[in-house]
Amino acid sequence: MTSIILAIVIGAAFGVALDRVGASNPTVINKMLNLTDLRLAKAIMLAIGLGSVLMFSGQMIGLVDVGNMSVKAAYAGVFLGGLLLGAGWAMSGYCPGTGVVAAAAGRKDALFFVVGGLLGAATYMMTYPMWKASGLLDPIWGGKVTLGVVPGSGYDAVTGLPGDILGIVLGLAFIAIAFALPERLLGQPSGQAHPAE
Amino acid sequence: MPMTWKAGGVLLGLVFFLAILLVKPIGVSTQFVILDGIIADAVNPDLVTATDDGFTSTNAYLAKSGGKYAKSVANPLNYSFVFVLAMMLGGFLSAMARGGIDAQDRNVPALWRANYGDDPVKRYLVAFLGGFIVLYGARLAGGCTSGHMMSGMMQTAVSGYIFAVGAFAAAITVSILMFKKEA
Repeated sequence: MTSIILAIVIGAAFGVALDRVGASNPTVINKMLNLTDLRLAKAIMLAIGLGSVLMFSGQMIGLVDVGNMSVKAAYAGVFLGGLLLGAGWAMSGYCPGTGVVAAAAGRKDALFFVVGGLLGAATYMMTYPMWKASGLLDPIWGGKVTLGVVPGSGYDAVTGLPGDILGIVLGLAFIAIAFALPERLLGQPSGQAHPAE
Repeated sequence: MPMTWKAGGVLLGLVFFLAILLVKPIGVSTQFVILDGIIADAVNPDLVTATDDGFTSTNAYLAKSGGKYAKSVANPLNYSFVFVLAMMLGGFLSAMARGGIDAQDRNVPALWRANYGDDPVKRYLVAFLGGFIVLYGARLAGGCTSGHMMSGMMQTAVSGYIFAVGAFAAAITVSILMFKKEA
């Protein structure tokens, strides 16, 4: 029962955050992806960095249970699947989480995204044996690994560096990049005709 | 964007931290499989069956990893599935609290209109196709933007970095090719 209450509270907070940051708006997503407005990218980098710093420093002082970590396996299909997801993400302007939030918020195209998603997931369920047999799901680089050794996590690492300290350093790097990134990389700001700047 | 990027980033970061402090990292795309399983099991009750120590399925994907997906299909009132339902509630309430999404944008988003006009059928078709590719890719990758990219990179997972490189390489290319006019 406690876990259901937590699911409702944290899930609802995540839905609110995605809506307010603009991630469930396909216009905001594609202005980020076509590099004309990077404010959402800056927000995402800041979020990853802040989450990382809080989590790893929380682990170091014993506030966060290291056992709550859940590291996914690395395999060739992660990259291939990432390419597919990226292409569909740009086409539709939605990813799985933002698509369901947008559909709930009243976007009609998001309903089509969700139905397409259910069919895509069902098709994967049926074609899974083929991928399994292809070897593309076999672990690479040790499978479920982190960049540094996180004390007590049980996960292997690709380097011998202390994983919690590395996590904090990388988190701070993400935050620094969030601030350093320009708001746009391509094209001219709309409504401004002068060529300078 | 309704919020400054700094405020949005802090809000999003706190939610990701809260999730791993209290339960586990956030992930979404698996729940599309669970809902598919629930629907398919309602049509064909032999799909998911109880075993001595859990659940299994005639579908190899639902049966993998000791039947953990089969178990969630048999018991939809679990943390991860309710989490996604709650996301929808949060997104709905948040959008309503700021006055809702304007009617034109609800049909066809502004940037799409600037590039392809306001014919909803064309937009719905591409959104449907995009959804198919996104979820097929997410399941092949074993996670999506939430689980792999945000939760993964936050935990310094190597898989999260592999995923992010693939996802952004394809997404940036397709987006630049598809959306040349600004909204």
